[in-house]
Amino acid sequence: MADSTSATDGGEAGSDEPEVPEIDLPSDAFDAVLDALDELDPGEPLRFEGFSVARGTEGTDEELPGGSPDEYVLADGSRPTGMSERDLHEALAERAPAVTDWYVFERVVGEFGPRRAFLRWIEDADGETVAARYAALAAGIERAWGELKITATLTDRGERRYDVRHADDAGVPVDDLDAYDDPLDARDLVTFDEKGRYRPLKTAPSLVGGWVFPDLGPRELYEAVETIYPATVANWHREREGELDVNHWRETMERQSGIYGVVKTWDRGEGYEHVNWVAEACCDDSQCLKRREWEYDDETDLDVDGGDGAFPCREPCSVVVSAARKWTRLESEQPRTYEFELTPSEKEQVEAVIDAVADGRIDEIREADTKEGANRYRTRFLRAKLFDDEGNLGGVPTDPDEE
Amino acid sequence: MQSLVIVAHGSHLNPESSAPTYDHADTIRATGAFDEVRTGFWKEEPHFREVLRTVEGDEIYVVPLFVSEGYFTEQVIPRELRLDGWDVSEWGSDGLSADQATLVAEDIDREVHYCGPVGTHRAMTDVIVRRAESVTDDPDVGEGFGLAVVGHGTERNENSAKAIEYHADRIAERDRFDEVKALYMDEDPEVDDLPEHFESDDVVLVPLFIADGYHTQEDIPEDVGLCEDHTEGYDVPETVDGTRIWYAGAVGTEPLMADVVLERAADAGADLGSALDDVRETTRVATGD
Repeated sequence: MADSTSATDGGEAGSDEPEVPEIDLPSDAFDAVLDALDELDPGEPLRFEGFSVARGTEGTDEELPGGSPDEYVLADGSRPTGMSERDLHEALAERAPAVTDWYVFERVVGEFGPRRAFLRWIEDADGETVAARYAALAAGIERAWGELKITATLTDRGERRYDVRHADDAGVPVDDLDAYDDPLDARDLVTFDEKGRYRPLKTAPSLVGGWVFPDLGPRELYEAVETIYPATVANWHREREGELDVNHWRETMERQSGIYGVVKTWDRGEGYEHVNWVAEACCDDSQCLKRREWEYDDETDLDVDGGDGAFPCREPCSVVVSAARKWTRLESEQPRTYEFELTPSEKEQVEAVIDAVADGRIDEIREADTKEGANRYRTRFLRAKLFDDEGNLGGVPTDPDEE
Repeated sequence: MQSLVIVAHGSHLNPESSAPTYDHADTIRATGAFDEVRTGFWKEEPHFREVLRTVEGDEIYVVPLFVSEGYFTEQVIPRELRLDGWDVSEWGSDGLSADQATLVAEDIDREVHYCGPVGTHRAMTDVIVRRAESVTDDPDVGEGFGLAVVGHGTERNENSAKAIEYHADRIAERDRFDEVKALYMDEDPEVDDLPEHFESDDVVLVPLFIADGYHTQEDIPEDVGLCEDHTEGYDVPETVDGTRIWYAGAVGTEPLMADVVLERAADAGADLGSALDDVRETTRVATGD
């Protein structure tokens, strides 16, 4: 789900390779290079893709052309070339893609690990050359992150711009969507689902569409993603670094206290089938976009698939812990035998109702489609036929003492 | 780089629960006092467990948006943030005097300044008064008015009543309101009998809660008799047994709360520049002048 694709068919008809765009070197980028060189010792190189620049060593190197002490020395695989600041500007302007690329990641994006890794991943900066990336950015690079579609593009000054929207809104003109520019505005976009219900889990696949952040810079993109899917980039980054700290079910439950302390008692050393059920109920891709990496314990994997999400889930979340508290109590009950009669179709209808609720399909069942077991008329008929005035199925009370 | 992390309860059921946290974070962000302001939650995301890994700074101040010292501030938050070597004695608090503890958060292997909750800070007293000003739309409210500070009581947290009494006493000392009383939801003196506790015809009711939710929007209005059923709503003021009761929900929604968050960070050593003055100014009740 995190495949990068080019948004266009590759530019000019007849050419397979997209064109590397013309880039004007912004003065900010050039000034940043000079500032960076000032912080280095003379002769210590500042590296760009394909070349490096250093401050001159005050003419100590007789090999350098130019005679006078050179302010700067540029090395690009051939003989190092000494030059003045003006020459350097010209040389860097000729190499504007590499210089602006350095500027974006060193000065705009900065060092913070998750942000830097995410923004580099968007354009495969650790795998592709500047030329290939600039050509791809000029055409538009698309990435998926949960239900988001992120499109990265390039200005003629080498700046990155990003369009973020719901994947379902791919291809919708910006003017047809509600446009935002402050990443924090995303807080209001993630609070409710399309039916207006509160979303307690931000990674639930229930993000609404109809909005767009059409023109974000790199840091703003990171903040928008952080707002929509909190901490997902940080955990993805740790996983890529081989440092994801997974806390499995057992240790997470052991940690609980207060009203949640009771969840410890659900693990009775009788296997982990109950946790399989929890994972199937809560952690399936249909319920949460995170890829479950936690298992029952260090040595015992669950039998349920963890999903295909781009970002990992490192421990049972608060929604799971809260639900587990309820299930701990419910699962402490002893089964009883109840006796009531159903026709074969009624048994299947009960199954259909449970399936429809569990899969969130109720709204898809058409009003008059009585072929569907979970159709409302069918369900109301079943209730009218089988429930007594107290709401007991088959007239059988839940507690036999109520007879 | 200086970072502020506001940690709060949040909710699986009520979207209003996190709203004040975001609002106060926005107010503080606008002052520019911190390089970044992040929020973390017990019931929402980012969770306490993962919020610190989203933080970039090296000077990190964690301020709990909770009304009292107790289970959450002393056990849950330090445990979930993985504050190495945390012990409640680090605060040396009598239930009202938690200030800050500097500890390494194992999650990020960096020091954080873990502050006491907003609710027991002396600046919270001003927020309660400001709440009374907001509710009555009168920056000079006091004369002819009673003030009731209301909270849970000790059923869930023995320090809950301490915080309520602390602020009620401090407001009483100012001689601004005719009467000031601490009332409780689950112990005497009970908020249900509010008119019996006051001689004043007008009483401002300020619940010491961080966010609006079940307690402030359903429990208290119904218990006090502002309405039969909370879904009907109520007026501000609403007359109950001859007493005009001015009620407008949780004190934590008052914009001046941002000031208390800042005070907590300042007490822990944060460099705030003019942020405190800025926030006090921008959150004022308009006088209409």
